Amino acid sequence: MFDLEKISKSFGPVQVVTDLDLTIAPGKTTVLIGPSGCGKSTILGMIIGLVQPDSGTIHFNGASLTPDRLEHMRQRMGYVIQEGGLFPHLSARRNVTLMAEHLGHDAQRSAARVQYLCNLTNFPETALDRSPAELSGGQCQRIALMRALMLDPDVLLLDEPLGALDPLIRFELQTELRDIFRTLGKTVIMVTHDIGEAGYFGDTIVLLRDGQIVQAGTITDLVDTPQENFVERFVRTQRLVAAEPRK
Amino acid sequence: MKRFLSVITLLLGFVSSSVVTHAQSAGITIGSKSFTESVILGEILAGLAMNAGAPVEHRKQLGGTRILWNALLRGEIDAYPEYTGTIAREIFATEKIASRNSMINALAAKGISMSAPLGFNNTYALAVTTNTAKRLSLNSISDLKRFRDLKLGFSNEFMDRGDGWPALKKRYGLPQSNARGLDHDLAYRGLKSGDIDVIDVYTTDAEIPYYGLSLLNDDQRHFPQYDAVILYRSALSKIAPAVSTAFKGLGGKINAQQMATLNAAVKIQQQSESAVATDFLQSAFKISVTTEQNSLGKRLYSRTLEHLFLVGISLFSAILVAIPLGILAARRRTTGQFILSTAGVLQTIPGLALLVFMIPLLGIGSEPAIAALFLYSLLPIIRNTHTGITGIDPSLQNSAIALGLPASARLHLIELPLATPSIMAGIKTSAVINIGTATLGALIGAGGYGQPILTGIRLDNIGLILEGAIPAALMALIVQFGFEWIEKRLASNGRAAAQT
Repeated sequence: MFDLEKISKSFGPVQVVTDLDLTIAPGKTTVLIGPSGCGKSTILGMIIGLVQPDSGTIHFNGASLTPDRLEHMRQRMGYVIQEGGLFPHLSARRNVTLMAEHLGHDAQRSAARVQYLCNLTNFPETALDRSPAELSGGQCQRIALMRALMLDPDVLLLDEPLGALDPLIRFELQTELRDIFRTLGKTVIMVTHDIGEAGYFGDTIVLLRDGQIVQAGTITDLVDTPQENFVERFVRTQRLVAAEPRK
Repeated sequence: MKRFLSVITLLLGFVSSSVVTHAQSAGITIGSKSFTESVILGEILAGLAMNAGAPVEHRKQLGGTRILWNALLRGEIDAYPEYTGTIAREIFATEKIASRNSMINALAAKGISMSAPLGFNNTYALAVTTNTAKRLSLNSISDLKRFRDLKLGFSNEFMDRGDGWPALKKRYGLPQSNARGLDHDLAYRGLKSGDIDVIDVYTTDAEIPYYGLSLLNDDQRHFPQYDAVILYRSALSKIAPAVSTAFKGLGGKINAQQMATLNAAVKIQQQSESAVATDFLQSAFKISVTTEQNSLGKRLYSRTLEHLFLVGISLFSAILVAIPLGILAARRRTTGQFILSTAGVLQTIPGLALLVFMIPLLGIGSEPAIAALFLYSLLPIIRNTHTGITGIDPSLQNSAIALGLPASARLHLIELPLATPSIMAGIKTSAVINIGTATLGALIGAGGYGQPILTGIRLDNIGLILEGAIPAALMALIVQFGFEWIEKRLASNGRAAAQT
């Protein structure tokens, strides 16, 4: 689905991504994970064209991402960020339908699509006409997901989509999200710093450090055959309450 | 950038062509400078022209020499009162004007004619009380030589001027060495109380008849000649021969004492210039001219319209130009810095200077005032548009881009709505500044609330100043409240829109 070849990016003196090669498999969920500053969000930004790589090429379905094609290609990608990025001056509904309206899609068809997405994301239809300020954090993320899915994109790009939610909501949404991904069978690229979440979602987990891939594979690969001490340490950061029973 | 400049030019062209021009082609327009004597003379000229059968407009107190001279050259006014010393030293400062004939020739080369001297020389003079003059039989400055003990009190400027006291003392060989420098108003009081015997005055000061002073004849012709004359367009003798004949007839008709009395009637007895001019024309020419004095309500109404006209057109065009410039500034960093600093520099130009800069381009009247107000209104709107857009949360910008919205759609669907509160605040700031600055427009004949303020300052008349200042302040307040109301409406509409 995506082929990244020899991608490098620096912001001023800081080299964020160095000579990165990465292939994203279609229909699977790929999770980019690593400590802060490892370049995972920047890679996602480059895939959707918000950040231009200094060197290297990115191909989407075999065609390279060039500025003239970007706008059209973006319509086939859905993007969700940590705090939703919902437009505060528009209702939840218009946030979802904005792009479809811009493209002149049939209003009735759009309304049906919104209804379907409400069911999919478990968002109450009655709350559609509220402004984002009147929605809870979890509801905002559901709307952000609906907005990303509105045009039925080929791929979903999620940048810490659950990062700002409290643990109970987060747990609930994790379950729902994985169900949605399985239902839709779309290609998903998700950025997170939580190895538990990565293991829960990821068909492939790409562990990054200082802009380079340390190890890529299933969670089992990472746990059972860590290729570096760093991988072992990173995987072990997840504390399990049950792991240390009281005596 | 080029396109934006041409848009500005186009707009200015549109604005200036849409402005109602005051001067009718068949009518006569008189100008005067912003001091009482000039305004009275202007009223006299207006009365003469009216009596000669021409429709007349008098554009009173139009600032200083440069403004009137340029307006005369451009044909925006047909005539105004001037002084020969000013013609020689200011208008033709770079040329050597040695005689009356060379002055007439220099003027004629510019298509301007000069009348015969009106009969008074408004220059420095020495004055004593009439009592002192009689007691010591003082007639001329030379007579002072006989009275070594006279106490002299001169204005500080006169003590320092090249042709002031030191030069005068040398020229006449005066023996007094006790001349004191002091404030001009104090000098009059000192003269009255007897502490001072001789002071310096202008020959037509209103205080001369008021305090009953006698002027000492400058028998050695030490002081420069500032003979009052009328400058008028030479074409006038063809277009309106009766008017130019009437102007010529004013030569030699007003002596210094009469002019001082006319000045005193306005400045001290608080009569209107037009009433004073009407009386003069009646007694000197047996001409009766009817002047209409508008009621306060009528004056306020027409000034409010003039003021709103200046503010409305300049602000509206500024909004049309400044918002796109602000958007451009937000989009391109280097261009943006250029735009913001240029608008910033414009803002630092003093209001009066900016108005005067506009005159060579647009003449006098409402056009240059609107152009200057337009330039003044740009910065707050540009800056607030720029801030409003650049201040948008980057995650919102990224979300809009990631959706695949093209730049134009992002601008009107996302960026402008989010920047609206900031842009509105900028427009409000511009409007309030604009209303205040527009009062300066009266100096170049644009009318509005500045007119009575200017007259009030000239005549030291608080009532007149307030007649302009209070409505201007009220207008600023109303506009401010109006914008706040619109802002609230927009905010609640925004909430309502978010819900549908």
